[in-house]
Amino acid sequence: MAFFSTYYECEGCDAMKVVLQNLTKIFPNRTKKMPDVIAVNNFNFEIPDGQLIGLLGPSGCGKSTALNLICGLEKPSSGKIFFGEEDVTELPPENRGVGLVFQNYALYPHMTVRQNIMFPLQNFKGKDKLPKAEMEKRVEEAARLVQIERLMDRKPSQMSGGQQQRVAIARALVKMPRVLLLDEPLSNLDARLRLQTREEIRRIQRNTGITTIFVTHDQEEAMSISDLIVVMKEGVIQQIDQPQRVYDDPKNLFVAKFLGTPPINVFEGTVRNETLYLGQDGVLRVPGVGDRDVWVGVRPEGFVPQEAGPLCCELKALEVMGRDTSVVLGNPAAVSDPLRAIISAEHAAAPGDKEMRFALKPNKVFLFDKETEERIRVRAE
Amino acid sequence: MENNKLQNGLRRRGRAGRILVYVLLTIWALIVLFPFYWMILSSLKTQTAYDTEQMLGTPRYFILDPSFESYGKAFSDEHTPLGSYMLNTLVFTLLTTGLMMLIIIPAAYAFARMNFRGKNLLFGLFLSLMMIPGELVIITNFVTVKTLGLTDGPMGSTVRLFLGLILPSATSVFYIYLLKENFEQVPEELYKAAKVDGTSDLKYLLKVMLPISRPTIVTILILKIIECWNAYVWPRLITEEEKHYLISSGIQAIREQSARSNVPGMMAAVVVVSLPLIVLFLIFRDKIMAGVSRGGTKG
Amino acid sequence: MDKQNRKAWLYLLPAILFLGVFMIYPLADVLIYSVEENFRSASQTYTGVGLENFSVVLRSPDFLQAVKNTFILVIITVPVSTGIALLISLGLSSIQPLRKLYQTIYFLPYVTNTLAVGLVFMLIFQYDQDGGAGLFAMLLQALGMQPVDFIQGPYWAKITVTCLYTVWVVMPFKILILTSALASVPQSYYNAAKIDGTSKWRTFTRITLPSIAPMIFYLIITGFIGAFKAYSDEVALFGVNLNEAGMNTMVGFIYDKLYSDGGGYPSYASAAALILFAIVLTITVINLMVSKKTVNS
Repeated sequence: MAFFSTYYECEGCDAMKVVLQNLTKIFPNRTKKMPDVIAVNNFNFEIPDGQLIGLLGPSGCGKSTALNLICGLEKPSSGKIFFGEEDVTELPPENRGVGLVFQNYALYPHMTVRQNIMFPLQNFKGKDKLPKAEMEKRVEEAARLVQIERLMDRKPSQMSGGQQQRVAIARALVKMPRVLLLDEPLSNLDARLRLQTREEIRRIQRNTGITTIFVTHDQEEAMSISDLIVVMKEGVIQQIDQPQRVYDDPKNLFVAKFLGTPPINVFEGTVRNETLYLGQDGVLRVPGVGDRDVWVGVRPEGFVPQEAGPLCCELKALEVMGRDTSVVLGNPAAVSDPLRAIISAEHAAAPGDKEMRFALKPNKVFLFDKETEERIRVRAE
Repeated sequence: MENNKLQNGLRRRGRAGRILVYVLLTIWALIVLFPFYWMILSSLKTQTAYDTEQMLGTPRYFILDPSFESYGKAFSDEHTPLGSYMLNTLVFTLLTTGLMMLIIIPAAYAFARMNFRGKNLLFGLFLSLMMIPGELVIITNFVTVKTLGLTDGPMGSTVRLFLGLILPSATSVFYIYLLKENFEQVPEELYKAAKVDGTSDLKYLLKVMLPISRPTIVTILILKIIECWNAYVWPRLITEEEKHYLISSGIQAIREQSARSNVPGMMAAVVVVSLPLIVLFLIFRDKIMAGVSRGGTKG
Repeated sequence: MDKQNRKAWLYLLPAILFLGVFMIYPLADVLIYSVEENFRSASQTYTGVGLENFSVVLRSPDFLQAVKNTFILVIITVPVSTGIALLISLGLSSIQPLRKLYQTIYFLPYVTNTLAVGLVFMLIFQYDQDGGAGLFAMLLQALGMQPVDFIQGPYWAKITVTCLYTVWVVMPFKILILTSALASVPQSYYNAAKIDGTSKWRTFTRITLPSIAPMIFYLIITGFIGAFKAYSDEVALFGVNLNEAGMNTMVGFIYDKLYSDGGGYPSYASAAALILFAIVLTITVINLMVSKKTVNS
């Protein structure tokens, strides 16, 4: 462990940040009828040294392409990539110093764990070539880091998914990459292992301090593990921020909808005289917003049960979850069906109630433009 | 009560049916096995014993005094050198199979993993070649090989003859196709992982692709070995000297020489020639049957 | 990209080279040969271009005999072998004990040298006066019947033994394909049929047969193609000189014209090969059309 941390701390002084400049990848379409696919559209961001970045988006949003561009498996159509101060755009993958971990582990099935981890080191050529003893030492270190020392002589098929993924991480780490790339590393694991491995990845990243990019479509995963989240949609970056800030302050309707479980409730609303109306109910003061139609997003925890609350909803079902109660609601102004509110258990309605009334917490309500779906800011009172 | 009777009846009919099935299956098994039995049996009879049976007109269906004299004779006959036939066939089989592997593995790899212009077009062309019957191309190949001086003759050299034997048999579009399909089963992530680690294509092919695809490689090897071992038409076309015969032609030569005079010797030769493949089959039974059902022909 | 391009073509180079020389070039060449009239191998000369070769081949009595033999062989062996193979496969898939043993035995002919085992068939079925009596002849004699020489005797006898041997040789492949086809019919279909009280015969015609129909047609098509190319089985039974035995096949005719006694006529061989190819192609296309119609309806 000591060996790894000294190495990386030292390397850390060089600030191995990753910078993407106007990065674009276009896949030309073979048939003339279809337009070209812009998988990655003009990416500009900087990943600070030693941070773990979650690249988040629905499948097909271009996050894997972005990863392939960073590791060099694909060439960008335009734009540049820097590791630290070095322009790596034209470098082949093996000269970039990246480690890559895949969803399906991609371990070589005919090799033992030891041989798998050793494999990248055996590719070093010329002056980089390592003496045998050094290789073995590094393999041992990497194995210890991911805690698989005792499985070294097994074949991948004799191990659980979680163990296999650890081996894959060790294989990516053993050559001491400048940047570690994880492509949906948890998606093939079952729920329990996913949680465990997630923490494990976080721990390893903290210990080594390697700048890490973690691709996932699972917002919960991204929120729980990342220092920064990059939300993508159709090749375009939607928002970059710390996880909590992205949740609390989404830039547009897509980001608001993509983050959070249960998902945000969306209504059609109208603003008149700085008051937000859902249907006929005037539910909230929205200072600074002119009269217009809007999309309204309300986080499930933004509903406050109140006997004389302004928002009246049909009560469809109660799901008891212990500490909290999830209330399934209906409202004519709602776009998302069903609505879902999370309220504390003591406020739960009596069985047999047909209706429930709520007030809304202002900081859990977001307004979006009807056309652009961009956020409309409400002046703080 | 009624019901019970009915069920008993059904069960009895079921048992009778099963017995009938076994009887039929056994009959076919005997039909398949009998030629093998007869050839082994005949090879173990002495020439005199065989002649006596012929005179009396009653064959013996089993013998208690097997004699191996025919095997000795089969190998020592200088007009039909069975040993040379076997050796020639072995050399032909190993070289052809080896050369074919060297040709088809890189080709299958290029189709499965590499991106290059014209890939789909070329692969389509390869596939369409699978439909071309060998009879069509063998004519020109005979002329080609003859022009290149790779046929046999009193002056022909053994090396050149073997080149003529091997070269036209050393490619198979079908096996390229089979191997390509198998290579494509290997997840692409393995390739990406190897690329990021700086593995060259050649190293990836040798260290990762081939070991993973070993079952298919072995299947192809065995099928090709069977094909080569039994090759008849092409070798017969271009070999003339008896000492250069492969076993198929050799068996024909033995037949012409001893069909009447030395039946046990002829059968001994047939046993010797058949044995290697039967042993190979019994060892690799499952692999061979899986391979044939996936892509064998003949029939 | 360019580097990758070059590398890929390098990997493909040996295959392209070999296929070019030994498959693509010959394909073009065979067409040329077939229209070069009076071609002489020795002098590499010809007198004109035309369809003369085809008409010579089509008028050759040897070729007509070969066509007749081949067609008889195809018409008898393909249905017979496919039918027996289906029966045996059904039997095989209905039993559990000894199944593997039977399968192994049935597959044996596939891995044997047909020329070698053909000699055993010859030995069993031959009969001539100067002492070469085969097992079959002796059995007939023992039963007080007049033995027949199946190897050098009358035409029907020779055809019979040829068909017998051909069926023996092609069975392993068919049994193998049909047993695996039968094994891949989902057991749930049979269970459903059993619960509905479907009779065995109905289960067979309504479930089993439609499920394996594509494989049966595949076998029929490959069977036709294989039978049209019959040659070495006949050599095994009757020796190299098939014309003399009157048992030549179309493929045998091609090789004879190319080589052995009548050798040195690549033009005739090419014309005959193209005729054979045309016949096989036609029958395959008809087969495919029939099978498509049947399997779809």
